[in-house]
Order: sequence, then C-alpha cells, then structure tokens
Amino acid sequence: MRKRRWIAGLAVLAMLAAACTDDSDDSGDDGGDEATGGEEAPDIQGGTESEFFDQAEMDAQLAMRDIEPEGPADKPWEQAIEPEYVDTSQYATPGPWKICFSNASVDNPWRQVGFKTMQAEVELHPEIADFVVLDAEAEDDKQISDLESLAGEGCNAIIVSPNTTATLTPAVEAACETGVPVIVFDRGVNTDCPVTFIKPIGGYAFGADAAEFLVEELDEGDKVLALRILPGVDVLETRFAGAQTIFEEAGIDLVGAEFTEGDPATTKSIVTDYIQREGGLDGIWMDAGATALAAIEAFEDEGLDVPPITGEDQQDFLQKWQEDGLTAVAPTYPTYQWRTPVIAAVKILSGEQVPAEWNLPQPKITEDTLEDYIQPDMPPLHYALCGCEDMPGFPERWQE
Amino acid sequence: MSTTTVDVPEAGAEAGEVVPVPSAGRRVWAALGRTAPVFAVLAVLLVWISIENPNFTDPPVFLSFLKRAAPLAVLAAGQYLVIVAGEFDLSVGSLVTVTVVVAAEVLADHPDGTVRAMATVLALGAVVGLANGLITTRLRVPSFITTLGMLLILEGAVDYWTDGAPKGALSEDFRALGRGGIDDVPWLEQLPWSVVVLAAVAVAAVLLMRSDFGKRLIAVGDNDRAAALSGVSVARTRTIAFVLSGLAAALAGILLGGFAGVSAQVGDGLEFEAITAVVLGGVVLGGGRGSVVAAVAGALTLEALFTLLNLLGLAAALQDAVEGLIIIAAVAFAAFRLRPDR
Repeated sequence: MRKRRWIAGLAVLAMLAAACTDDSDDSGDDGGDEATGGEEAPDIQGGTESEFFDQAEMDAQLAMRDIEPEGPADKPWEQAIEPEYVDTSQYATPGPWKICFSNASVDNPWRQVGFKTMQAEVELHPEIADFVVLDAEAEDDKQISDLESLAGEGCNAIIVSPNTTATLTPAVEAACETGVPVIVFDRGVNTDCPVTFIKPIGGYAFGADAAEFLVEELDEGDKVLALRILPGVDVLETRFAGAQTIFEEAGIDLVGAEFTEGDPATTKSIVTDYIQREGGLDGIWMDAGATALAAIEAFEDEGLDVPPITGEDQQDFLQKWQEDGLTAVAPTYPTYQWRTPVIAAVKILSGEQVPAEWNLPQPKITEDTLEDYIQPDMPPLHYALCGCEDMPGFPERWQE
Repeated sequence: MSTTTVDVPEAGAEAGEVVPVPSAGRRVWAALGRTAPVFAVLAVLLVWISIENPNFTDPPVFLSFLKRAAPLAVLAAGQYLVIVAGEFDLSVGSLVTVTVVVAAEVLADHPDGTVRAMATVLALGAVVGLANGLITTRLRVPSFITTLGMLLILEGAVDYWTDGAPKGALSEDFRALGRGGIDDVPWLEQLPWSVVVLAAVAVAAVLLMRSDFGKRLIAVGDNDRAAALSGVSVARTRTIAFVLSGLAAALAGILLGGFAGVSAQVGDGLEFEAITAVVLGGVVLGGGRGSVVAAVAGALTLEALFTLLNLLGLAAALQDAVEGLIIIAAVAFAAFRLRPDR
C-alpha cells in the first residue's frame, strides 16, 4: 500500500508541473460557486461534475426509496424492488453443488462483516457441498486471474463482487461464456451477461438520505463540510453527487469536500482546520461512517457542540449517537446484501426465477429507530444491518 | 572517546553541529547558517496561516496545532538520530501502525492496562529498532533495505492479523496522552499532554546530542572509518540510534492512537513525512551534519504547510505532491549549499 503511495507521489509530482500551468483556468470553471461569497471558492472535485454522474440513474434511485419492495418484510435480503424476473430453468441441476466466489477484498470492516455473513448463509444450505472463495486483495489483475482459474474449477455457479467496474467487465463476460450461471453483487460491471445483479438501491440514495436530513435540520446558507473517503470509485462518487444536488437546491453552503482516506487522524485534522477556518460548522456530511467518531471528536476537543452529522450503521457511531443524544442520521449500505448472492445461487440452481436486477431495500437509521440497532456486545466497527442475528454462530462469529 | 588519540570532530554548541571551525562565534554563525532556512520558512508559514486564519494566534488554537504536529515531531527526532549517523529508518510508519493495533489488542484483554499497553508497545518499538540496528550493522545489510524489509514485514503482519480492518478500541485513559491535557492552565486554557511530551522529547534529544554519545553519533555519520579508528564502536552507536528511533516511533504511535483512535492506516506514509521533515531541517542525508532542533522544526514546518494547504482549500490529494517537491528541493538546496565545501 505504502509502496504505491511513494510511486504515486513521484508520479503526481511529475504531473504537478503540468497542473500548475492550468491554475488560471480553474477559477473560470467554478463559476457556480458565487453563492459562497467573496472568499476563494472551495476546490470541490467530483460530484455532479464527475464522469460518473448520471441524472437518470439518480432519479431512478431516489424514486426507488418510496416503492414497497416485494418479498418477506422480515427478511430484507430476500426482498426486491420492482423485480423483473428471468427464467433460470436452463441452469437447474441436482445437488450437491459447488459454489465459487471471486471476492474483491476483505480489507475494510464493511466487507469483513459482509463476508462473515455470506459464509454463515452458505452453512444454511446443506445442498452447497463446496464453497470456494478466492480473495483478489483489491487488485484487478488478481481478480481477473481468479476468475480465469474459477472457470476451470467445475463450479455450478460463480458469484463475483468486482473490484472495479470497467476492468473486470471482460473477465466477467468470459466467465459467463463458460455457461455457468454468474451472479454479480455490490459493485457492478458493464455487461448484462450475469443472470442477476444484486445491489442495494445505490449511492445516490445513500448520499441523498444523508443530505436531506441535513437540509431539514439546517437553514439556507448554513455551512456543511463533506467528508469523503477517496475519489474515483463509482459507489462513492454517486453518494457525493446525490448529496451535492440536494445541497445546491437548498442553498446549503458546502464549504468543502475533503478526502480522508478513511483515516481517523486525517479526518480529525481536516475537521479541526475547517472549524477554525470557518469559525464553526453547522453540519457534517459523510460518504461512509467509519471515521464519523473522529469527526465528532474534533468538535468535542474544540469544546464545541457537535452539529447535525451523518454516519453509517457502525456500532461505534450508533452508540455515540445514543449516549450523547446527537442530531444524526445513518444511511446504510446494508451488509445483509452479502446473503442474497448465495440465496440467488440456490434459486438459480433449483431452476427458480430471480430478478435480473435485484434491488434490495436500503433503510436509513433515524432517531426513532436508533434503539433497535444498538448492539452493545458487538465490536465498534460491526455493521448493524448485517441481517445476521438469527444465523449460525451469532454473535461469536462477528465478534472475532 | 576518552582513551583515543585521534580527535573526534567537536559537536557544535547548538544541538550537535559538526563544525570544523574552532572559533565559538563562527561556529554559532555557521550553525545558524545551516539551520536558519527552516526557521525562516516556518516563521513565514506561521505568519501566512495567521493571516488566513486570524484565530491561529490564540494560544488554544496554536496549541492544537502543536498537538497535531507532536507525533510527527517525535518521529522526526528519532529519524534524525538515525540519519545523522548515516542510515535511514523506513520502518517507522508501519511501526506506528503496529503500535496502535497492538495497544488496542492489549487493552481489549486488559481494559485497565494503560501502563501495560504503553510499556508493551514501547518495548516492541525498542525490539524492532534493535533488530533494524543489528541487521544493518552486524549482517551489513544496507539500512535502506533492512528497514524497507521491516516496513513490509510489519505491514504484512498487521494486514494478516487484522485483515486490513482493526479490531478493538483504545481506552480513554490510553488516549489521554494524545487527546487530553492539563486543564485550566491560565491563558492557555488546556496544555495538551502531547505538547508536554514533545517538549520533553526535544529537550532529551538536545541533551543527548550534547553528550558524548551525541558526538560519537555525528562522528560515525560523518566518517565511520575515522570514528572507528578513534575508538568509537560504530556498530553499537548506530544500533542505539535505531533503538531510539524505534522508541520514538512507538511514542508517536501512542500519541497518534490517542489523538484519533484505532486505525490500520494510521502510520501510512509517516516514514516519508519524517524523512522529509528531517531533510527540511537541513540535516544532510548520509549523516554527519545537522541539528535535532532543526529536524523537529522541519516537522513543524511540514505540518504548518499541510495546515496552510488545507486553509487555502487546496485539495488534500496535492499534499503528497507537495511533500515530494519539498524533499527534492531541500536535498537540492543542501547539495548546492555544501558544494563550496568540497
């Protein structure tokens, strides 16, 4: 990781010379920022100006939030929003089955909780005799070769959680061509050859849920700082784009959008700097909750009240929210979606129809529902929406 | 050194300058000439920051800046000892991460074991430093490779142990050193513990560099054969420098973990920031020249620069690039300045 950082540093250095000459153009591009007043406009990257922005997709996602999903209400991981079913009788085959999974990585708490949940789901299906997992360790080329080797493994179904969208598309297409049913979930690929693509509603809805809450709590002209993990990842870019649109409409003063790389120390420093520079902040918007606690501490250590803040469904944030009576909301990207691909594989191999695009409900935790998601015995970075409470090995498996 | 007949170069009056000029006045002048640039740059940056953010001159706001800079300054002091002895320590960033992750693990088993956790990680830092030192000096592996290998070993160990996502949490007591302070200090409001630690480390480092050990360290970095001929144990001196750097990294880890909590990325890139800080302080890579005070000032300068970039609204992504520019510019400047000597 760090090696790459060094090399990246050198590469950026080379580009800096070129970038310097472009400075004069930058100010012209930011014409829309006059609302922020006479001071220099913040240099906000991505969002609605990003190559990832897609207005139609955003509208579709925002609409999906209000549609009643089909399926059992107590099992949201089996529910689907406006499903269009496809026939899978061609894949029906008697068990026992060998199911293969090419995983992008398990390098963050969200993926760890999800993967444990997925393994527990596999144990619920005795017909799955063999569950083969290859971890790409967040590297595209590793995942491409993982998929190639799985093609020769005699899998009955292949589940893919792609590391990146464009690069993995040909590899997923190649897997489809082997005739084995392919199931994609979490991040997408640019092909419809998989039997089903499983995901929660999406990033726009996540970002919008958080932004709408802040707009409701704040007044026009109030200062909000957006904290983002890193640029260039579609599921994160869409979260910010969703929020930015809503802030603009409501006249919220987005004083900055900074990348924290998921590091608490960086987060705390950035928030402290903004508090000092702006003379206080009226709200914090986050594209992921892992560093929410660090952002909260920045206010505490400055001796200030914590303003309205958005997080995610990690226990540390939820517990802090409850203990201190914060004004907060937690949109979620539920980890229970890791159960669904296994369920889909079982359905497909049984010849039961599945939705071609399987949109799972994506609830948000509010003041009123907070109590239901507090789990004091779980680790600080456990995600409350794992849907794993009734699974074998709960809670020990998720506490390790 | 007492029994030797060959003179080891004298350390300068201010924090271990090697100045072959006998006159005290000229010595001080020469020392200032070498370290003044970093103080000038630091002063310019601090003034610039206070123009951008008038609150910056309030004691509590300035202290919060020092508090944030303290871990890097401690790391820079440790890195200085290794660099001035003619070596590198690239393992400090990953050692900071190990410190935080191990402390969280110890505290998970013993929630009240703050002292135990701190002692454990400091011991761990010393052991890693000892390993770096012994491998470099006894096995004659260049320190660049030794500590790069150590970086990868520690990083890999953390990844293996945590799967990239840390477990557990640091107790409030443990975090007090990096986050809390002495309350109700008149005028300052709160004196952060980390600023106290930073001051203590700086004083200790200055005293160390003025001691016989400090003089030996500089002699070893300046010319290890000459130092060896004059009776200095080169291997032992350098090994001790690595141990102290390891201890500094563990201490920086305690401060950083306290500042912001558990993270498996906390130390990422810190070795590079520490080396940049030391170089920015005018310390010559390859050893033998430079002062520890200037190295610490280099760390404050780097942190001030990051703060300024943030205040100016420059994208955080540029920080790495700026860091790269600085390290090249600082080394180029040092090379240019030293040219007439040759």
